[in-house]
Amino acid sequence: MNYIWPLMIIFSFICAIFSGNMDAMSNAVIESGTNAVALAIKLLGIICLWNGLIKVAEKSGLTASLAKLLSPVLKLLFPELKDQEAKQAISMNITANILGLDNAATPLGLKAMKRLNEISDDKQKADDNMVRFVVINTASIHILSTTVAILRSEHLSKAPAEIIIPSLLTSGISLCCGLLMTTVLKKVFK
Amino acid sequence: MTQISNYIIPCIVIIMIVHGLFKGVNVFSEFTDGAKDGFKIVLNILPSLVALIFSIELLKVSGALETVCSLLSPVSSFLGIPEEVTPLTILSPISGSGSLGMFESILKDHGPDSFIGRCASVMMGSTETTFYTMTVYYGSVGVKKTRHTLPSALCADFASFIFSPKIVKLFFYQ
Repeated sequence: MNYIWPLMIIFSFICAIFSGNMDAMSNAVIESGTNAVALAIKLLGIICLWNGLIKVAEKSGLTASLAKLLSPVLKLLFPELKDQEAKQAISMNITANILGLDNAATPLGLKAMKRLNEISDDKQKADDNMVRFVVINTASIHILSTTVAILRSEHLSKAPAEIIIPSLLTSGISLCCGLLMTTVLKKVFK
Repeated sequence: MTQISNYIIPCIVIIMIVHGLFKGVNVFSEFTDGAKDGFKIVLNILPSLVALIFSIELLKVSGALETVCSLLSPVSSFLGIPEEVTPLTILSPISGSGSLGMFESILKDHGPDSFIGRCASVMMGSTETTFYTMTVYYGSVGVKKTRHTLPSALCADFASFIFSPKIVKLFFYQ
């Protein structure tokens, strides 16, 4: 990110010179901070709510049962991970992802990240488990992407949900590619 | 279908609460206790979120995204991705709202049941906003060195762009 971020900004500046969009760019500089805070406030409510619910589920032992149910999947995805608490949090996140609950998946995922970071040696650096976990979350493994189905039906599709299986197949392939890359690249990026 | 998905979230909430009650958990005080942690998490995310949104806004308004799209369209047509869907492949890793807007305009122009509409739907359904997810996840714990996360995640996105048209063809046009 230390290289990509400045690159994005510099490239935008150069494009703005050529396209004559400098006034829009100037506005964007002023407004983007506000937009970020607005997004953070939106997240704040969702994250607080789900964190509260997770706490209840943890106390009642619901997360532990879920983790037990998903333990074969987790063993496959995170063979080196032994920590029980991290496994529980990851199971919750994966379940939310599969059910297509975007709003719940993020707070649950953050909970898992917190635990993964606690048990890693270098707090500033991502370990192999964290990389894997984030890649799984960027690949999106929904059974039904509700947003897509809703938009399709709004645009008068005859079968809004017909894309479920193709989407799942594609997600599966993309997830496999991502995971394969994490295994291949983990030696390169120390 | 939407009926069923409307039920999912409320049901999960009910299960969590009722299970808690059943096991004798002090549901309300545990809930508020947990909710308090949410503040810290969001506070941790905010700085990187500001940085990300800033750079993405600049990319959008400066016309940089359009430039990249037109530069990449020969590459994407070589890979069998329809020209109309190319902007989506560039937008979807970096901007959730941007790709959603692009997706809507594709549906409007070409119809959801056309080849292009179906390709776009599958792409949207199989990718996540990679940069945003990374920012939020790593930002929340203060991890600075993300190692091979970005290359791996982009590789996954790339795979879904290449395979979306192929799988749509296989599914609907064989």
